[in-house]
Amino acid sequence: MIDLSLLTDGGVGWLDASGPSSHLVLSTRIRLARNLAGRVYQGRNSESEREDILQTVEAAARDTVLLRRAIKFRLDRLDRNDRQLLHERHLVSKELAGLDADGRVRSGASLLVQDRLGVMLNEEDHLRLQGLHSGFALDAAYAEVDRLDAELGQRLAFAFHSEFGYLTSCPTNVGTGLRASVLIHLPGLVLTKEISKVLQGLAQVGLTFRGLYGEGSEVVGNFFQLSNQTTLGSSEFELLDHLGKMVRQVMDYEEQARQVLLRDAPAIIEDKVWRAYGLLRYARALSFEEAMNLLSGVRLGVGVDLIPDVGMYTLNKLLVYTQPAHLAASEGIAPADPDLPVRRAQFVRKVLESEVGRRG
Amino acid sequence: MSCEQCREREAVIHLTQIVNEQVTTLHLCELCAAEKGVESPGASPKTPLGTFLAAMGQELPEQTPVPRTGDNCPRCGGSLQDFRESGRLGCSECYRSFEVPLRDLLRRLHGSTHHLGERYAEGSGSFAPPDRPRATDLREQLRLAVETENFELAAELRDRLRVME
Repeated sequence: MIDLSLLTDGGVGWLDASGPSSHLVLSTRIRLARNLAGRVYQGRNSESEREDILQTVEAAARDTVLLRRAIKFRLDRLDRNDRQLLHERHLVSKELAGLDADGRVRSGASLLVQDRLGVMLNEEDHLRLQGLHSGFALDAAYAEVDRLDAELGQRLAFAFHSEFGYLTSCPTNVGTGLRASVLIHLPGLVLTKEISKVLQGLAQVGLTFRGLYGEGSEVVGNFFQLSNQTTLGSSEFELLDHLGKMVRQVMDYEEQARQVLLRDAPAIIEDKVWRAYGLLRYARALSFEEAMNLLSGVRLGVGVDLIPDVGMYTLNKLLVYTQPAHLAASEGIAPADPDLPVRRAQFVRKVLESEVGRRG
Repeated sequence: MSCEQCREREAVIHLTQIVNEQVTTLHLCELCAAEKGVESPGASPKTPLGTFLAAMGQELPEQTPVPRTGDNCPRCGGSLQDFRESGRLGCSECYRSFEVPLRDLLRRLHGSTHHLGERYAEGSGSFAPPDRPRATDLREQLRLAVETENFELAAELRDRLRVME
């Protein structure tokens, strides 16, 4: 099994709930798509070309300040559980991890990661630069990825078109190659049934939403990933500014929805969040989805000060470590083991008990 | 992923809805989705770009004499047909090989074909500082927009310049 302790913070620094507005926003992610000039894209290149891309980019990365000490994971040499583990940590996409329907890992598929920065290699594009920050931190996250882009850009020739900007395998990413996304928890809007209106509104202003794991993933535990839809025709600053303004607005709506719930249906809400807490505290078997939904209820309870004894960091930790590959790895069993729901419930009980104990 | 209804066919429609205050996603094949009254996006789109690509295919014969659908990019050998099926281009040269339909697609996807972000200076490998040269770029793009009588873009660029200056 891979040793994620090699990473300074296990690659999950983003879940420490230290960032701005972390009661609503779990994490902020920035991704820049880049391709090497003069080379065929992933869909049409050969194994040896992908290997060469990996060597070239890694050599350049080792010469930078930001990725000099990067840990390298060759996804194409890891077993499925380890790949899923990296995916659950939001370090690699489903495609790179070979967890798509066909379940095949592309040769040369790799990840370089150092602190909050990483580069996926031989993904849909040759390079996918990424940065993951705790809480709502668009500017800080972008600044860091931008510095990495500059460092790598000085050492590699990127495919760039004077009119279209950075060229990408899919025209949806062309121009800036920037996808900024904010993972936000919106139970208030879901409970008040305002969420569809908000999501439709976001679509009208050029934003899109995805589930917990990004593209093609489902919405679980009322977590929505909000991001910019277009990448061309606006500067990076404008894209981030626009997304930031809209996210702030969604946060306001969410706070308002929570106030409405507390004002109009206090007993129902109180029952709902404590019921979620009770189930997590005492259930003997939990599916991943059920755990996510209950954690969402408790998170809401903590957010509106109904549940005093649980910290956001604990909830974030539970969110990550109750995922199938994480739980299976820590329990030493296979992710498909039928005992997993029982182990999950045990794990959640233990964490919540120690949390309450710690807080006296 | 197989359809949650019939468990036989591949799920192609992913319907996110709110049931009993929980957000759920249904994965359905086209037939089961139709039975449930969920509108199918049509048979052709296989990728998120499906609608655009399908539309692009329909317009190609009249609008673009070169390259024809069957033509291949000289660099990677990919064709527009490959792109329509996979949603991905084969290489950077494809942007030149299929410039006309792609320009149209970019306009529809992004509302623009003009990159206004950081510029990558090839060779020197360094970035142009984002502030002043950006205004220069905008002015150049404004001149081009006026020349080509793209007044909508021109107005947008003029506003941006005003904000910057």
